Amino acid sequence: MTTTHDAKPTTRVLWVDRFLTLIRITFIVVISVGLLAFVAQQINPQNPFAQWANPDATGLTAPQFKGLLVTGLAQGAMYGLIALGYSMVYGVLGFINFAHGEVFMVGAMSGMITSNKLADAGLWEDAFLLCLLFIVVTSILISTATAVIMERIAYRPLRGAPRLIPLITSIGVSFFLQNMSVVLLGPGAKSYPALPAWLSQKRSLIGFQIEGTKLVVLLTAAVSMAGLWFLVERTRTGKAMRAVAEDKEIAALMGIDVNRTIVKTFAVGGAMAGVAGILWGILFRSVIHTTGFLPGIKAFSAAVVGGIGNLGGAMAGGLSLGAAEATAPLVLLEPLGVDGVSQLRDAVAFAVLIFVLLVRPSGLFGERLSDDERA
Amino acid sequence: MTENQVPLLELRGINTHYGAVHILKDVDLAIFAGELVCLLGGNASGKSTTLKTLLGMVTPTTGDVVLDGAIVTHQSTSYRVERGVTMVPENRRLFKRLSVKENLELGAYLRTDRDGIANDLERVFEMFPRVKERLNQKSGTLSGGEQQMVAVGRALMSDPRVLLMDEPSMGLAPALVQTNFELIQQIHEEGVAIFMVEQNANMALSIADRGWVLQTGKVVLDDTAEALLSNPDLRASYLGESGNA
Repeated sequence: MTTTHDAKPTTRVLWVDRFLTLIRITFIVVISVGLLAFVAQQINPQNPFAQWANPDATGLTAPQFKGLLVTGLAQGAMYGLIALGYSMVYGVLGFINFAHGEVFMVGAMSGMITSNKLADAGLWEDAFLLCLLFIVVTSILISTATAVIMERIAYRPLRGAPRLIPLITSIGVSFFLQNMSVVLLGPGAKSYPALPAWLSQKRSLIGFQIEGTKLVVLLTAAVSMAGLWFLVERTRTGKAMRAVAEDKEIAALMGIDVNRTIVKTFAVGGAMAGVAGILWGILFRSVIHTTGFLPGIKAFSAAVVGGIGNLGGAMAGGLSLGAAEATAPLVLLEPLGVDGVSQLRDAVAFAVLIFVLLVRPSGLFGERLSDDERA
Repeated sequence: MTENQVPLLELRGINTHYGAVHILKDVDLAIFAGELVCLLGGNASGKSTTLKTLLGMVTPTTGDVVLDGAIVTHQSTSYRVERGVTMVPENRRLFKRLSVKENLELGAYLRTDRDGIANDLERVFEMFPRVKERLNQKSGTLSGGEQQMVAVGRALMSDPRVLLMDEPSMGLAPALVQTNFELIQQIHEEGVAIFMVEQNANMALSIADRGWVLQTGKVVLDDTAEALLSNPDLRASYLGESGNA
């Protein structure tokens, strides 16, 4: 990024280019052969192509596939909510806030505490939806506060510094928050109270058998996303955020308080991470101080896949990453005879990231950054 | 204008440093209500810093910025914008990813008088019918001339008393430069004071009342436009050098 755009375009093909082309081809071959084998298997498990690809493949039934897809989308919605925070902060400040995964963890922890308290009081089972609303609201408040304090203490003093500096700081903040969680809540994994039985029942919806929990997750994510969209696209604050993201100096000339707008951006990102924290809690029912790490990295990937800085892209990136990591191992890899496919979901998630970056470096919905925007 | 009047916006003995570099050296200038004045100077003479100082984007090391007789040196940009100072920045600097409408609305960001805003929006449409046609388009998709209209419209939406213009003819097609200067005069006739920073000295002085010439951070000439136009020093050192008329 620093020197390449000064270099004159050359026609010389480097070994790196060959290597990258090879990776692209590998990806495309795996995807197309896997898909063909999958289709062949679906038509008839005994057909010779499917047999050649993997004689032991059991094939995937339609309900199984739909089940995987719903699971993937539910997790993807959660990634998408976290990804929004990465994307928004990148939009206004141009750096990746790696501590954002920990803001999500803080939200999940706060939900763990409040939900257990509510369960002790005997309210959890009886008035689950009210309790859920309560823990979501408290988690939003705590995550938002975490994000805002983080901006004030760790990032604002570095506003004029080169971008690498807040980036490294954010890694430090991330360690700080993890260790803070160990100090305050202890190192072990903690669990959410059991969800009411009616929630885990499956109900059918437009041809899908969806577990109540996943339905709640998808609905919550949809409502949050709609709220965020409204805030960013339809309010004065949102307009100010978009203006600051594009040109801080001119935004200030319009009379926008740039610092306050940046704080609001962190706050909104924090709120979304807080919601995602609760969704993690009801999907997996277990939190530990490192909970933020992997979902954080995946959400960051989702933000990049969707086109960083683009909010619709972040959500779409999250959903597609979730759906890909849930279905791709069984759809693409199992027919090819890869062993232990369901262990490969994390690998698939990052393979998606690499593939998208190879094919469309600016992400699915990203605009190519012009040089002056990058500078 | 008249000497006993309080200037609308004034710089008094401004010295500005960027690190160790001394950019502005004892700059004094005053803009009165309803005037059309211009600041001339070559590259790196401190023109942009002067504008930024007037708007509070740069804080001077010594000296004061005075608005309506009150010292505002340490007040924020938004404080000054709220009180009627605004700028059409160099190269227009529209929010390219926002629609034309949103750009105009941001111009009125600090205002709360809905009727006044609606009136000014109508005024902008009257001045630039093209802008009205392009209202829902992303401003980055407009042509250079249209972007200039939106940039001027956006500045007018803050209902300014003094409009600062940073190189208004920069980057415009030659045919548009003339139209642009006519437009500046039109805005001026509506009672808005104009402070124009230009490289195109002949054109600027032909419409201005007064002007200053800035050379490496110092005001070297301060006179009426006619006097400046006929000043041999200016002709020799500046107009001749820039070569455009």
